[in-house]
Amino acid sequence: MYTILVFAPLVGALIAGLFGRKIGDVAAQSVTTALLILSALLSWAALVQVGFGHTETDVPLLRWFDVGDMKANWALQIDTLTAVMLVVITSVSALVHIYSWGYMSHDDGKARFFSYLSLFTFAMLMLVTSDNFIQMFFGWEGVGLASYLLIGFWYKKPTANAAAIKAFVTNRVGDVGLALGVMTVFLVFGSVKFDVVFAQVADKKDLMLPFLGMEFHAIELIAALLFVGAMGKSAQFFLHVWLPDAMEGPTPVSALIHAATMVTAGVFLVCRAYPIFEAAPITSGFITVMGALTAFFAATVALVQNDIKRVIAYSTCSQLGYMFFAAGLGLYNAAMFHLFTHAFFKALLFLCAGSVIHALHHQQDMRKMGGTYKLIPLTYIFMIIGTLAITGVGIPGTKIGFAGFFSKDVIIEGAYAAANGGLYSPAMLAFTAGLLAALMTSFYSWRLIFLTFHGKHRGEPDVLKHAHESPPVMMVPLIMLAIGAVFAGMYFYKHFIGDYASAFWAHSIPVDNAYSGTGLPPGLAESASHSADAAAHGGDHGEAKGDHGDDHGGGHHDFPTWVIWSPFIAMLAGFIVAWFMYMFKDGAAKRTAASVRGEGGVLYKFLLNKWYVDELYEMIFVKPARKIGDIFWKIGDQKLIDGLGPNGFAAMASGAAKRISKFQSGYLFHYALVMLVGVAAIIALVFTAVGS
Amino acid sequence: MPDNIPILSIITFIPLIAALVLMVTARLSKPEGRAQIERNAPMVALWTSLFVFVLALLLTFSFDRSTADFQFVEEANWINEGIKYRMGVDGISVLFILLTAFLTPLCILGSWKSVKKRMLDYMVAFLILETLMIGVFCALDLVLFYLFFEAVLVPMFIIIGVWGGKNRIYASYKFFLYTLLGSVLMLAAMLWIYYYSGTQLGAPTTNIETLINELKIPGGPQIWLWLAFFASFAVKMPMWPVHTWLPDAHVEAPTAGSVILAGILLKLGGYGLLRFSIPLFPEASVSLAPLVFWMSVIAIIYTSLVAYRQHDMKKLSAYSSVAHMGFVTMGIFAMNVQGVQGAIFQMLSHGVISGALFFCVGVIYDRMHTREISFYGGLAKRMPVFAAIFMLFTMANVGLPGTSGFVGEILTMVGAYQVNPWIAFGAAFGMILSAVYALHLFRETVFGEVTNEKLNDITDMNARELWVLTPLVIMTLVLGVYPSLITDITAVSVDNLITNFNAANLAAVGG
Repeated sequence: MYTILVFAPLVGALIAGLFGRKIGDVAAQSVTTALLILSALLSWAALVQVGFGHTETDVPLLRWFDVGDMKANWALQIDTLTAVMLVVITSVSALVHIYSWGYMSHDDGKARFFSYLSLFTFAMLMLVTSDNFIQMFFGWEGVGLASYLLIGFWYKKPTANAAAIKAFVTNRVGDVGLALGVMTVFLVFGSVKFDVVFAQVADKKDLMLPFLGMEFHAIELIAALLFVGAMGKSAQFFLHVWLPDAMEGPTPVSALIHAATMVTAGVFLVCRAYPIFEAAPITSGFITVMGALTAFFAATVALVQNDIKRVIAYSTCSQLGYMFFAAGLGLYNAAMFHLFTHAFFKALLFLCAGSVIHALHHQQDMRKMGGTYKLIPLTYIFMIIGTLAITGVGIPGTKIGFAGFFSKDVIIEGAYAAANGGLYSPAMLAFTAGLLAALMTSFYSWRLIFLTFHGKHRGEPDVLKHAHESPPVMMVPLIMLAIGAVFAGMYFYKHFIGDYASAFWAHSIPVDNAYSGTGLPPGLAESASHSADAAAHGGDHGEAKGDHGDDHGGGHHDFPTWVIWSPFIAMLAGFIVAWFMYMFKDGAAKRTAASVRGEGGVLYKFLLNKWYVDELYEMIFVKPARKIGDIFWKIGDQKLIDGLGPNGFAAMASGAAKRISKFQSGYLFHYALVMLVGVAAIIALVFTAVGS
Repeated sequence: MPDNIPILSIITFIPLIAALVLMVTARLSKPEGRAQIERNAPMVALWTSLFVFVLALLLTFSFDRSTADFQFVEEANWINEGIKYRMGVDGISVLFILLTAFLTPLCILGSWKSVKKRMLDYMVAFLILETLMIGVFCALDLVLFYLFFEAVLVPMFIIIGVWGGKNRIYASYKFFLYTLLGSVLMLAAMLWIYYYSGTQLGAPTTNIETLINELKIPGGPQIWLWLAFFASFAVKMPMWPVHTWLPDAHVEAPTAGSVILAGILLKLGGYGLLRFSIPLFPEASVSLAPLVFWMSVIAIIYTSLVAYRQHDMKKLSAYSSVAHMGFVTMGIFAMNVQGVQGAIFQMLSHGVISGALFFCVGVIYDRMHTREISFYGGLAKRMPVFAAIFMLFTMANVGLPGTSGFVGEILTMVGAYQVNPWIAFGAAFGMILSAVYALHLFRETVFGEVTNEKLNDITDMNARELWVLTPLVIMTLVLGVYPSLITDITAVSVDNLITNFNAANLAAVGG
C-alpha cells in the first residue's frame, strides 16, 4: 500500500512528462490527478492505521548506498509523524491538481505542468518517508528541483527564470548545511539511519569535535548544520529571500509548494531529528530566536506589500517562524499541529488569491483591485474563512474556533510557559514576537481583504466588466480546504496536542501532555519549560543539567488570564487598525494612491523594500562572485598561468611559434604517427640498453 | 569465460586491427573503391566498437568481484626479462574498460553527420584511440602502461589538430607542451624505479604487481618519485594550476573528441594516482596529501567561479570538468573507503555526464555552428526534447540526488570530511557554485524568449541523436539510484588498496 501511495505520483509524472504530447493534455491531466487522488485516499488510510491503529512500518525497497560503513536503503518508514505529513502533502496536492484544471486551462504547457506537480509530490513523499538522512536529502533536493521547475514554469518570463535560479541557489546554500550535517552524523555515529543514530545520541552527548578550527559539541554542531538546511528550505531569516520571488510561478504552485508542503520540510526535519535537537540546547535556543525573528520580520514586511501573493508569501514565512520557535522550545507536537492546520488555511488563501487573479485577468497588484466581492462572492467567502483561520479567531477558554485558533494560540501560550517567568530568555522573545506577529497577521490579512474586495474598484474599469467567478473545478478544492480551515483545529486538537496526543504520536515525537480544556495544556507547559530551561541555560551546560531534575516535577503551570486572552486581543486590534486605515473614510483609495506615487516615510520604505536584504546580498555575494570569477579567469588563468606557462614558453623559444604554424593539417597525421612510433622506439631502446 | 582466451588483448587490439584493415584496404584500392570504403568506414567503426563493447560487458560479468587479485592476466615476452607484455585487470580498472567501450560507439555514432572531411581517417583515429585507452587500463607493466598512456595523446592530438576549430594549432600546442613536461618527469622516475628494483629485488623489473607487492622505496626518494608521477597525472586530470590546456583543447576539439577527452582521458590521471602513486609511494602520499587537498579545493572553487563567467558553452563545461575532477583527487587522498570508492565512482559518473553534456552542446553546435552562449536563448520552445535531456544532465552535473553525479560527490566529501573538515567544507561550497554556473548556462540557452531569429527554424533532436543520448540518460539515472552496480565491483580492490596503504604507513612509522 505504501509503495503505491508513494510511487503513484511518480508514475503520473513520468506518463505526463514523457508521453504528454502523444496522449494529449486531457489524458495527462486525468492520469496525474487520478493517481494523486488515489495517493491521498491511501494517505488518510495510513493516518488511520498508524495514528490510530499504531502499526508503524519500515519497508526497505532497494539498496542505495553500500560503501564501507555508509549504508542507506531506499526505504519507506511510516510512523505518525510521517503519516501526518503524507496526509498534508497528498491532500493539498490532489486539490491543487484539481484546481489547476481550471486555473491552467488557457496554458499550452498543461502536460508539463501536471508532470512537474506530480514529480514534486513524489519528491516530497520520499523526503518524509525516508528512514535515513541520505534519502531525506534526495527528497530535499528533489523538491528543490521541482520547485525550480515550477517557479520557472513560464520560462519565457525573465523574472520567473531569475526567481527560479534564486530559489534553487538559496536552497542549495541550506542544502550544503544539511549535507555537512549528514556527513557529521556519519562521522560521529557511523551510520545515517535514523533509528541507529537517534539511539546513540545519549552516548555521544559529551563528544567534542573539531570543525573549521574550532571545537564544538558534536551534537550541537550536527543540530546547527541540520538547522541551516531547514532554514533554507523553510525560508527562515537570512535564507528567506527566495520565497517571495517564488511567487513568479503559477498560483497553484505557490499553494502547494510555498505554503503547505515544501517550506514545511524544515519543520519536519527538526521534528524528525528531535533526539538530536533535544540534546542540543544551544542550537534549540538559536532555533527559537531565528523562528521568532522570522515570524516578526516577515510579518512587518507583509504589512506594506502590494502584490496579493507576496503578502501571503511573507505571511507563510512568518507562520513558519511560529513553527520553528515552537520546535526550538521543544513543543514539537504544537509545531506539527500548526503545520497541519496552516497547510489547509494557507493553501486556501493562495488558491483564493489565484481565483481573484484569474477573475481579474492576471492582475496581482492590490492597489488596482477593490470592490470585487459582489462579482466573486464565493471566492470572497472562502477568503474570509481563510482569514478567520489564519488570524486565529475563536473563543478563548473554549474549544470553539477556527483552525489557527488552536494551533497558533497553543504555540504562543506554550512560549510563555516555556519562558517560565524569565524575562530574558529565547522563550520570552518568542512569546513577544509571536504576539506582535499575531497582531500584524491580523492587520495584513484584513488589509488584504479590504483592498481586494471592498471599497471602489481602482483598476481599469473594463477588467471589472469581465470579472467572473471561477469554474466549479476551482471551487471544489476551495470548499474542501475551507472545511479543513474551519474544522481541522476543533477536530484534531485532541490528537495532536490534547488528551490522546501521546497515543497518537506514539514514539515519533515526544509528548507528555494532556490538553485539559482551557488555556494552556498543563502537560505542554511542563514539557515546554523543561526544554526551554535547557535552551535558556544553554550557555552554561553543567549548571543546566543540574537544574533539570528539580524543574521536571514542577507539573502544572498556572498562568495569568491575560496570556490566554492576549492572542485574541492582538488579533482584534489588528482587525480594528486595518478597518480604520482601509475602510474608514475612503482610506484604501488615499493610501494606495500615495503608494503608487511612491510616497511614504523611512520606515514604510524600509519595510516595502523588505529590509533591503536582497540589495545587501547583491552587494556582498552576487557582485563579488562575478568579479572574482573574472579575476580568476582573466588574470589568474590568462595572465599568470598561461603567461608564465605555455605562452611564455613559446615566446622564449622564438622559433617555436613559426615551426608550429607549419603543422599543416595534412601532415599532422603523419607527424603524429611518427611520434607514436618514436615514443615506442625510444622507450624500447632505453630499456634494452639498461636491461642488458 | 575459458581461461586460455587472451580476452584483454582481444578487447584492446580489435579496434587497432579494424583501423589497420581500413587504412590498408583504402590505400590499396582504386579511387572508386576508396570512396566506397570511405563511405562505409563509419559503419565498420561502429560495428567494431559495438563488438568491443559486448566483449567488455562479458569481461565485466565474468569478472570475479570477490578477490582483489589481478584477473585475466596475460604475459608474453617483450623487451627483456624484466619488461614483459603483461595485461590484467582488477576492480579498479575493469570498469574503466567498460566505460571506454561504452563511450566509443556513442562517439562514432555522434560523429556521423558532424564530421565533414576525411571520414576514414577520423574513424581510424577513433579506433586507434580506443585501443590505446583500453590498453592503459589493462597494462600491468610500467613500460607498457607508459607506452599506452603517452601514445593515447597522439590520436587525440590529431583529432583536435585536423578536425578541430579555428585555433586548433594553438590548442594542440598547449596540450602537447603540458603533457610533455609531465611525461618526461614520469619517464625519469620510471627509470629510477627500474634501476632500484634491480638492486632490491635481484633483477630489475617493471612488473606492476611485483613492484607494488615487493618493492619498498625509502621515504626520501618516495617524495621525488611521487612528485614526478604526480606532475604527469596532475596535468592529465587536470588539476589547478595546470588546467588551462583543457578549455582550449575542448573548444577546438570536435564534439566526439571532447566527449572522449572529458569522458576518458581526464580519468587517466586519477587512475594513475590510484594504480601507482598510492601503492608505490604510500608514505609520500600521506605527507603530500594536504597539497593535493588544497589543490583540489582551489580547483573546485576557482574553476567554478571561472566557469560562471564564460561566454562559450564548451569552455564552461570544460571548467566544470576541472571542478569535478577536484572531487576525485580529494576523494583519492582521503584514503578511506568512502573517499576512494567515491573517487572511482565520480570518475565513471563524470565520464557519462560530461560526455553527455558535450554531446548536448554538439547537438546545437551542429545546427548553428556557434557555441557562443549569448547567441542562444529560448530553445525550450523549439527543442523541447533537447531541453528536457539537457536539463537532466545539467542537474546531474550539479549533483542532484537520484543522478550519478550526487553519489560521487557525496562519497568523496564524506571521505574527505573524516580526514579534514575544511576540505569537505570547501568542496561543499563548490556544490553551490556548480548550481550557479550550470543553471546560468541553462537559463541563457534554453529558457527565455527566442530573441535570435536565426533560431526560428532550429529543429529538435533527431533519432540518431536520441540514440546517442538515451544510453547516457539511462546510465546517469540507474547509477544514481543503484550505485552498487559500481561499488560492489570496486569494493574488494579498494579495501585491499587501503589495507595495504595503511599497513605500509604503519610499517614506516614502526620502522
